[in-house]
Amino acid sequence: MTNLSILVIFPLLTTLAVLFCRNTTQIKWTALIGSLIQLVLASMLMCSYYAERGTGNTSQMLFEQRYSWYSALNIEYYIGVDGISVIMIMLTAFVVACGILISWKVETLTKEFFFLLLLLSVGAYGFFISLDLFTMFFFLELAVIPKFLLIAIWGSGKKEYSAMKLALMLMGGSALVLVGLLATYFNTNINGAHTWDLLKIAHLQIPLETQLFIFPFLFVGFGVFTALFPFHTWVPDGHSSAPTAASMFLAGISMKLGGYGCLRVATYLMPEAAQHYSWIIVLLATIAIIYGAFATLMQKDLKYINAYSSVSHCGFILLGIGMMTKTALIGAVMQMVSHGIMTALFFGAIGMIYERTHTRQIKELGGLLKTIPFLSSVFIIAGLCSLGLPGFSGFVSEMVVFMGAWQRPDAFHRIATILAAASIVVTAVYILRAAGSAIMGPIKNEHFNHLKDATWNEKLASVLLIVAILSIGLAPFWLINLISPDTQIIMENIARGAIGN
Amino acid sequence: MNTDFFILMKPELSITFIIFILLTLKVWDGIKENSTLIHLTNFLLFINFIIGFIGNSTGWLFNGMYHSTNLISLEKNILNFGTLIISLQAYEWIKNHKHVIEFYILLLTTLLGMQFMISSGNFLMFYLGLEIASIPLAAIVNFDLEKIKSSEAAVKMILSSAFASCIMLFGISMIYGTTGTLDFAELPKLITGGSLQIMSLIFIFSGFAFKLSAVPFHLWTADVYEGAPVPVTAYLSVISKAAMVFVFISILNPLFVNAQNVWYNMLSLTIVLTITVGNLFAIRQNNIKRFLAFSSISQVGFILLGISSGTNMGVTASIYFLIVYIFSNLGAFGVISLVSAQTKKENISDYKAFYKNNKTLSWIITISLFSLAGIPPTAGFFGKMFLVTAGASKGNYILVVIAALNMVVSLYYYLRVVKAIFVDENNEPIAKVEGSIFSKAAFVICMVGIVLTGFASVLYDYINSLM
Repeated sequence: MTNLSILVIFPLLTTLAVLFCRNTTQIKWTALIGSLIQLVLASMLMCSYYAERGTGNTSQMLFEQRYSWYSALNIEYYIGVDGISVIMIMLTAFVVACGILISWKVETLTKEFFFLLLLLSVGAYGFFISLDLFTMFFFLELAVIPKFLLIAIWGSGKKEYSAMKLALMLMGGSALVLVGLLATYFNTNINGAHTWDLLKIAHLQIPLETQLFIFPFLFVGFGVFTALFPFHTWVPDGHSSAPTAASMFLAGISMKLGGYGCLRVATYLMPEAAQHYSWIIVLLATIAIIYGAFATLMQKDLKYINAYSSVSHCGFILLGIGMMTKTALIGAVMQMVSHGIMTALFFGAIGMIYERTHTRQIKELGGLLKTIPFLSSVFIIAGLCSLGLPGFSGFVSEMVVFMGAWQRPDAFHRIATILAAASIVVTAVYILRAAGSAIMGPIKNEHFNHLKDATWNEKLASVLLIVAILSIGLAPFWLINLISPDTQIIMENIARGAIGN
Repeated sequence: MNTDFFILMKPELSITFIIFILLTLKVWDGIKENSTLIHLTNFLLFINFIIGFIGNSTGWLFNGMYHSTNLISLEKNILNFGTLIISLQAYEWIKNHKHVIEFYILLLTTLLGMQFMISSGNFLMFYLGLEIASIPLAAIVNFDLEKIKSSEAAVKMILSSAFASCIMLFGISMIYGTTGTLDFAELPKLITGGSLQIMSLIFIFSGFAFKLSAVPFHLWTADVYEGAPVPVTAYLSVISKAAMVFVFISILNPLFVNAQNVWYNMLSLTIVLTITVGNLFAIRQNNIKRFLAFSSISQVGFILLGISSGTNMGVTASIYFLIVYIFSNLGAFGVISLVSAQTKKENISDYKAFYKNNKTLSWIITISLFSLAGIPPTAGFFGKMFLVTAGASKGNYILVVIAALNMVVSLYYYLRVVKAIFVDENNEPIAKVEGSIFSKAAFVICMVGIVLTGFASVLYDYINSLM
């Protein structure tokens, strides 16, 4: 697997193949087989990545491909991967496959549903492998609009409002990103020509004033995607209205597009400005963490609980970036992966329970462990991962963020770290309360006695995600080793900026 | 009189030839069947489009009154192409009309006028072309003969365009007064930015703004678009806009290069107003033609943003965007035209649950609207990006931020239509609408265009190579 383009072309072909299917069975199997093959491709990519690094290849990006696209504007189709992109691709492949498995029961407009899901995944794959800013932006926007249709057509509750809010806020974010990217492009000058090439721009010495102008556009723009306070308001509405698979994609993939962009584009390309503004990032991230945790306490609907806790958890990603130490950056990337899988599992479990009980209100649920033990266990595992129990991925990644954060000895960063760490207690409260009253306890509704436990596809999806959670939680070293060299490179850029100041 | 004459003026001659054929047919009165006439005209238009590609060359005629370059030939081909598609889409509407030949004669006369206008090398020639283009246009706006709204639209159109022409003519007269010539080749040196020349620039600029329906000269647009028959609305919003943009490109920066600071500020203000006002008004519309009228106003703002850079990059981006705009807008208008011809429904609320009975048409209008909104992977995304990139090249980021945020606003109202089509409930959704083979062909062309012109950089590179 050294031809990276396959990672975009293959899902695209699956997407098109879905259009030519005749009945729902064909559509589902085409989508499932396509996404499982994509998962295999992603795993093969990871293996060849390890193999290539094993042979001592230390170039920053591997498997690069570069074709001129719009040569007059210096736009290239330029792709390549480093450890961070590899793990994000793995994450995407996992979430896509599980999302499709869980959507097995979609009956209305099945073809359109799977078409849009797969199109969304094409955008995500393309975004993570792009090294050309224009191409990257193309894929970023590609991943926005399918979400609108997914929520507006197949969603529940106030779906139209939520879909519109989400689409407009994310497009607003990408509009800011666009301004930032254009400003970056016109401030690059390599022998009189401008460039969109991410790696080349990273090695330029862009003047501090210019960086200070560009950085907020890029960071806030991508930040909207990853629920940067106060631009997080699309998250609760969007997640709770979306159909199960779309919530999984949203929280598992879309929000990570933002985190990846904040790290790879904003921080990496504008290191001096990132240093300069880092205190604001830390401040906003801490607010998001605490605010998200307390807002979750007030929620009565399971999906809202997970949605608000996503705001809180994504705050850790931004906190890790804002702390500007190597350990914290590693923690941020780990948190992206961990939160992606965990929240996909959580939304999956909530969706599967909702499909059976037709309610997501905690006070109406109860005693599910007795009737649907498998799904209840999945819910509890997701919850425990979310509250950061050792052994699960959440613990490891949050721990690494805190360790990185603690390396900043001044009072401001210490206070932020302590506050963020304290929020974990709040997390424990709402998770245990939800699990306690919805899963344990007496059976509150006669109808619950006749519920059927998970079907094969739901079991497969849950097991896949749980395996991923445990493999990070019990043996985090492979992940840290994978991303460590690349966070080192980003850190060096930041450090260079610090010296420049 | 030598062969140059025939080669350089080939597009105009070929259109004139078609007009004469149609006139002869009218006098002869031998073909009674409307459909035969329409097919014949479509065939002639197709031949005309093909001829446009053969043997183009560069040169001047009539002492610099008329000139042609490869770029101008391309621009004329774009207009021919758009007219052909509109003619294919008009089939449903025109086939039951009493005056088919008259419609085509008037339509082609406006096209002829636009082509002269694009090729003009002198303000007089330009004005002549402009008038040939404007007056028959008002006549075809009135072509729903029994509808009072259509007549109202035509009167508004002719009055406002006469007013615009007056203003422009006044500006041209000042140019003549200060420089003593109207020749495009000599003017750039002579226009030095004196106060009277700035005044004339303002007048000419306002005239163009009228024709382009840029804010604050846009007030005629929505009423005229609403009243006119749908294919004419499509023609107004695509072909006549495109022609004005082409001329604007070849007049503004080339002639007034010494007054660049002045027109840049004027243009920036116009851009901000045009994009914002167009968007805000589009949100409030319920008639889908008025809706597209206001959205086309804001699209013009984006085109002006590209032009404002005053560079080749901006010109390329504008022409490229116009091609994409033809595909996208005609895709949307094609659906509206079909629905309007068969059900007489033209309100956005009528389109609720449109997806139920018309799956293919729903996707066509959705993809077209996404392309207008600039959503990837449609070509509209690339078009908008290149315009904004060109606009940013001057480093005026306030303008870019306003344009970028307006893209979000425009997304809101495009999504509103998409939502009506896919999500909303309706007790009486529009029944299945079947188009003729010609409108289907037009849809295929538009959809292929929307997908391919973005991914394939060939077109952009070709336009760029003509600069």
